[in-house]
Amino acid sequence: MSNVLPIASALEAARSQMAFTLGFHIVLASLGVAFPAMMLIANYRGLRHDDADAMLLARRWSKVAAVTFAVGAVTGTVLSFEFGLLWPAFTAKFGEVFGILFAIEGIFFFLEAIFIAIYIFGWKRLPGWAHFWTGVPIVLSGIGGAFSVVAVNSWMNQPRGYTLSHGDVTKVEPLKVIFNPAVPYEVPHMLLAAYMVTGFLVASVYAVGMLRGRRDRLHRLGLLIPLTVAAIATPIQLGVGDTAARAIANDQPVKFAGMECVQHTSTHVTEYLGGRCTADGVKGGIGIPGLDSFLIGFSTDTKVTGLDSVPADDRPPANTMLHWAFDAMVGIGTALMGLALWLGLTWLRRRDIPRSHWFLRATAVSGVAAIAAMECGWIVTEVGRQPWVVYNVMRTENAATGASGVWVTFTVALLLYTVLGIATVVTLRTMARRWREEDSQDEDGGDEPYGPRPSAPAALSGGPG
Amino acid sequence: MSSADAVAGVLWVGVSLYAVFAGADFGAGFWGLVAGGGERGRRARELVDWAIGPVWEANHVWLIFVLVVLWTAFSEAFGSIFSTLFIPLSLAALGIVLRGSGFAFHHSARRLRGRLFAERLFGVSSLLTPFFLGTVIGAVASGRVPVGNAEGDPVTSWLNPLSLLVGVLFVATCAYLAAVFLVSDARRAEAPDLEEYFRARALGAALVAGGLAVAGILVMHADARYIYDGLTHEGLPLVILSGVCGLGALVLLRRAAPRGARPLAVGAVVAVVWGWGVAQYPYLLPQKLTVAAGAAPSATLTAVLIVFGAAVVLVLPALALLYTLVQRSMIEETEL
Ligand code: HDD
Ligand code: HEM
Ligand code: HEM
Repeated sequence: MSNVLPIASALEAARSQMAFTLGFHIVLASLGVAFPAMMLIANYRGLRHDDADAMLLARRWSKVAAVTFAVGAVTGTVLSFEFGLLWPAFTAKFGEVFGILFAIEGIFFFLEAIFIAIYIFGWKRLPGWAHFWTGVPIVLSGIGGAFSVVAVNSWMNQPRGYTLSHGDVTKVEPLKVIFNPAVPYEVPHMLLAAYMVTGFLVASVYAVGMLRGRRDRLHRLGLLIPLTVAAIATPIQLGVGDTAARAIANDQPVKFAGMECVQHTSTHVTEYLGGRCTADGVKGGIGIPGLDSFLIGFSTDTKVTGLDSVPADDRPPANTMLHWAFDAMVGIGTALMGLALWLGLTWLRRRDIPRSHWFLRATAVSGVAAIAAMECGWIVTEVGRQPWVVYNVMRTENAATGASGVWVTFTVALLLYTVLGIATVVTLRTMARRWREEDSQDEDGGDEPYGPRPSAPAALSGGPG
Repeated sequence: MSSADAVAGVLWVGVSLYAVFAGADFGAGFWGLVAGGGERGRRARELVDWAIGPVWEANHVWLIFVLVVLWTAFSEAFGSIFSTLFIPLSLAALGIVLRGSGFAFHHSARRLRGRLFAERLFGVSSLLTPFFLGTVIGAVASGRVPVGNAEGDPVTSWLNPLSLLVGVLFVATCAYLAAVFLVSDARRAEAPDLEEYFRARALGAALVAGGLAVAGILVMHADARYIYDGLTHEGLPLVILSGVCGLGALVLLRRAAPRGARPLAVGAVVAVVWGWGVAQYPYLLPQKLTVAAGAAPSATLTAVLIVFGAAVVLVLPALALLYTLVQRSMIEETEL
């Protein structure tokens, strides 16, 4: 139990703080990666087809992005500090290896921050298509940025491209670091997750609106654009996830054993859905004989490495939680696939979204569900790698800070991020309410896009002299 | 010059840019905080808002840049600094969170009651972050950070007269830079009264910052002898350059010629940053870890230099575009 909710040392505090702050950041990061693309789709539609509703959506979404981007930047900066505050020994030793990726990421952050500022603040004065094109670098740098950070995590899972002598890194091969073996599945999986999370989340907001009777064209479009993007990402995601699972079974077999509760190395291993992991196998849950072996090698004769292949203190903790997290991710992914199919088939038949209330209800919960799947995936990755921070190379306990006081910073982070989360939601809801009022009064707050350029902010000039 | 020295130079470019851009930004938050109520205060705050708006984000990426270059190229120094100086760096991070949130919400929640609170938060945290980063610099400069995981004293390493003085000096410098910048912003916004308002404040802040700098050098004589010797020998030309720029800026401000004052103020800050770098060279952690000994393997250093080259090619034009659009008022705050 103490492994699930660690409450003793600075190490446990550091792990808890890292998990919490990362789990928070990743939601905003996903929005940062994928929201600009949806904004641009709406913007393109607005410009191309002279579609006022699409244009209004693009403008409003960019205002939402302004808020979530700022919160994402803040929480990301905290993460950068945490590499020193929580894991100085890890960074002191391997920073010279994985740091290269963060350096590359720096470029993407810069470009993203610059162009998002231009895009968000450029609605009024820039010419339409020029403004649209300033949005494109945001999308590209979002993808590049996600690649770079996630590749760091891949490197922690599959460390390559360095030589140690007497415990010191003496040689680095950057290309092997950047393109480590976990990159090909981890990076696409996370990128797709970002598009799914954003797509389902934005669609769910409009689904709730439609359930409350706001069924105008604006809401339909607001639901359809993001939901289409997410629906396209979902089947690809399932394929990539399946590939990832097979790769893990091969490259990080102990993690795989942990998440599938495989105690002993053997063939014809049963796949369990749910259940409790114990030293003598899974209790409860639904077992499908041979399926686990089949899934990783397309034959029930495939040998699956068990937890007994390594000493007890090299095994990941909290196997039941790992197993549930993995099942939850796969389960939610499958359910979302159902939603995507529902939309896709209906659309093919009659160019419309399904009329059923249940479709809107399902869409309304899909955003939260996608977030849950993503968080579960990260739990599988991170907790499953334990006790290693760098797989089979450095233990997490040797990575942590020697400073005391991490419990204090963790507590402060908990409180602060709770307030931050609430403030973000309240702010966004206030904005939405204001927009609804504007809609019902059928006016625009006087800020038509792409207008002429006044000379100075009216509020400032000509004040009392 | 070795590639380790070149990367140290890159790091210093980042530190200089952070000092100037984020410094002006922190300082603007400071002036927003002390502007007070009333019509004048309200308009001063509005100017601050308008000036920071679009560039806030981009300014702060420089800090990320500095952190990343430090941990990639000089990992051991990074680990040593962040573990020994856990407390002030946590507080600086706290300031960054509060500041970013204050900014995010007071812009979007115009009609919320929380607006005033968010503004307060923004102002107070604009003080916190530079102050604690200053104490960190003071601790490093005075050789209080040994190599290793939390090997130094967690408290006295940064709670000492020199660190505190540097902390206050940082705040004053930010206020000075911001006031000089805001003079030009007020001119751009065609608000002559605010131009006057910030000119007076720039002069005041300049005197305070200059006084603190002199005091700092005196304290270093007793407490950070290595840096003191560096500043008064190899670094002396830069210290003098900084002083000359600072005085020049004062003269121009008094003559109401803000155009030249801005580059001079920037020059004063950048010169002192490089003066410190030169004084500290060849040490990353004075008398404990040199640039050469603390540097990453050469492939990593080369990679950092390549990335830096790419950044110059990609990011500088983009930044130039951003600042040009801002200067021409092509992009600006709108109601969110
Ligand atoms: C919307 C989110 C989402 C959905 C629907 C799925 N995943 Fe996932 N999964 C993630 C979001 C995610 C993630 C949060 O993005 C992770 C964490 C690290 C990573 O690269 O992706 C992840 C990690 C992750 C890992 C561990 C990778 C590692 O440790 O390196 C495996 C084996 C899978 N996934 C497998 C699947 C399978 C078989 C799925 C469905 C059939 C699936 N995922 C759906
Ligand atoms: C790409 C980015 C990421 C990097 C570089 C990264 C890095 C790290 C590091 C250095 C640790 C501490 C050492 C360790 O416990 O192994 C850690 C722990 C952890 N991270 Fe990640 N992480 C990333 C993404 C995420 C995300 C998005 C989540 C979302 C929830 C997450 C969840 C966790 C958890 C739960 C732990 C604690 C594991 C444990 O100690 O049991 N990580 N991560
Ligand atoms: C340990 C891991 C991580 C660190 C140290 C980190 C660091 C940062 C930093 C410093 C920022 C602010 C940049 C700015 O000021 O613009 C940021 C923002 C961002 N991060 Fe992370 N990050 C981590 C994990 C991730 C992951 C896993 C993703 C994945 C997809 C991600 C994607 C982003 C994006 C897109 C932004 C832009 C801001 C936003 O849109 O919210 N980050 N991150």
